[in-house]
Amino acid sequence: MKELVILSGKGGTGKTSLTAAFAFFSKSMVLCDADVDAADLHLLMEPEVKEKHDFQGGNEAVINPDKCTECGLCMELCRFGAISEDPYKVDPMECEGCGVCYDLCPEGAIDFPLKTCGEWYISDTRYGPMVHARLGIAEENSGRLVALVREEARKIVQRDKTDLILTDGPPGIGCPVIASISRANAVLVVAEPSVSGVHDLKRVGELAEHFKIPAMVCVNKCDLDPDRTAAIREAAEENNYTYVGEIPFDKNFIESMIQKKSIIETGRDSDAGVAVKKIWENVMEHPAMKIERLV
Amino acid sequence: MNISIASGKGGTGKTTVATNLAFSLGKNVQLMDCDVEEPNSHLFLNPVFREKEPVIAPIPVIDDTKCTYCKKCMEICRFGAIAVLSEKVVTFPELCHSCGGCKVICPEEAISESPRELGYIETGEAGNISFLQGYLTIGQVMSPPIIKKIRTYAKEGMVNIIDAPPGTSCPVIAAMKGADFVLLVTEPTPFGLNDLTLAVEAVKTMNLPCGIVINRAGMGNDDVKKYAEKEGVEVLMEIPFDREIARVYANGGLIAEKIPEYREKFLTLFDRIKELSSIGVNAE
Repeated sequence: MKELVILSGKGGTGKTSLTAAFAFFSKSMVLCDADVDAADLHLLMEPEVKEKHDFQGGNEAVINPDKCTECGLCMELCRFGAISEDPYKVDPMECEGCGVCYDLCPEGAIDFPLKTCGEWYISDTRYGPMVHARLGIAEENSGRLVALVREEARKIVQRDKTDLILTDGPPGIGCPVIASISRANAVLVVAEPSVSGVHDLKRVGELAEHFKIPAMVCVNKCDLDPDRTAAIREAAEENNYTYVGEIPFDKNFIESMIQKKSIIETGRDSDAGVAVKKIWENVMEHPAMKIERLV
Repeated sequence: MNISIASGKGGTGKTTVATNLAFSLGKNVQLMDCDVEEPNSHLFLNPVFREKEPVIAPIPVIDDTKCTYCKKCMEICRFGAIAVLSEKVVTFPELCHSCGGCKVICPEEAISESPRELGYIETGEAGNISFLQGYLTIGQVMSPPIIKKIRTYAKEGMVNIIDAPPGTSCPVIAAMKGADFVLLVTEPTPFGLNDLTLAVEAVKTMNLPCGIVINRAGMGNDDVKKYAEKEGVEVLMEIPFDREIARVYANGGLIAEKIPEYREKFLTLFDRIKELSSIGVNAE
């Protein structure tokens, strides 16, 4: 089993479009959308949902006014400023789910019910199975939901004896990103040749190094600034990230999105289509992608 | 007045709008970059930083001489950050949410706390614009405390522009909470629309006034406009899909500076925000 995680640091560089294109080239794989905050891969893959499950991401404190004696201990103990007085109540948006108030309330006046923070799905797509999710609005624990969808993708790989998980990662370098890269074979960072793109690539590259995950880099919209694209390539090589190619700007990326297709399905022989295929081949040739990981 | 610039989807132009709005206002304005995982506003405003302060959170330290291995700390911790073995206690600082439960519950008073650095905040100026940004340390997961700390520096009587992270979960909520107005930046594509829908839901859940900026207008289709109309959310500005604008952005430039008519457009945008905000037209 191998897993490739597509990341970017900066959002909107083309992670999802590239993931969908790779799904086309791969003979046997499971798709995993780890951008549970703002999932988009389903818009290209049109998944047919086979299983739907609630995601119970944690607990939330609720004060029972009938039992509360207004001693104020909970408010004093809560480090997240989630409890207010007159009457004592918990702000669900601020509650961290630590349970300290629940455990220490002398009156047993605080309940701590499990809460449903989202949904996750196992679906069929035209290229194979897909595990995806939707985190509830304003919910926490996106990291835990990312870990869950990746775990479910692993189960499917084992069941179907497939070989590869393609994981569409979230932007940034925080909690959900860290949850999406542990135990992966490698990450592919999709950069863009702008000052922001260069800054964010550096941070996500450092993150991959921190967790000792081999990193590859490609540049999308490379012709927007050829000099900066060349600089990204140099920086990648200096940092031992394998540079796997660059994709010219192509309006067809948007057109494909509108048609709910991957760029390969609408323009396989276009410059961008050819560039994406080359990147896919280079990625799969990377030594890290030859290593079998235990499921 | 606090204006949060958010989006759902990443890369739609939050930073472009935040920095150009700040530049167009020019004075009595503070930019607060709360995208602490990947802060980019500084690349466009080139602030001079004068101060840097760490953002810390406490983590437990166990005194082995007092610990009786009763496991109460492990039981209260919902984050798996403490494991009590037969004669050893192991802590996992990166999993700790700093709730302090272990310290309070320990019957032997064997737990104290030491600071862990989550990231830092830098403060400075870009011309007459006050500037603040946060950085999450590589490998740390707790970005909301940094965002909340930045928000405490909002200045009364100033326009505080908050550049939010992408998404709709806890860090975004921390960057939008209590704002007088949320400006949602999107692009007219299916991905842009899908994530805008989530962002509008989040804003409505929080009961905040909001409006939409369509960036790269003309690149996709009209679905975002149709959605905005249906939801009753006003489209306040459109920035066209234009190679020159893309080039100015790519090089770290400001369109309001390089293409002067945009300064007027951002000022018009600000006037409309004032009218729609929870503070009303008298806000300054």
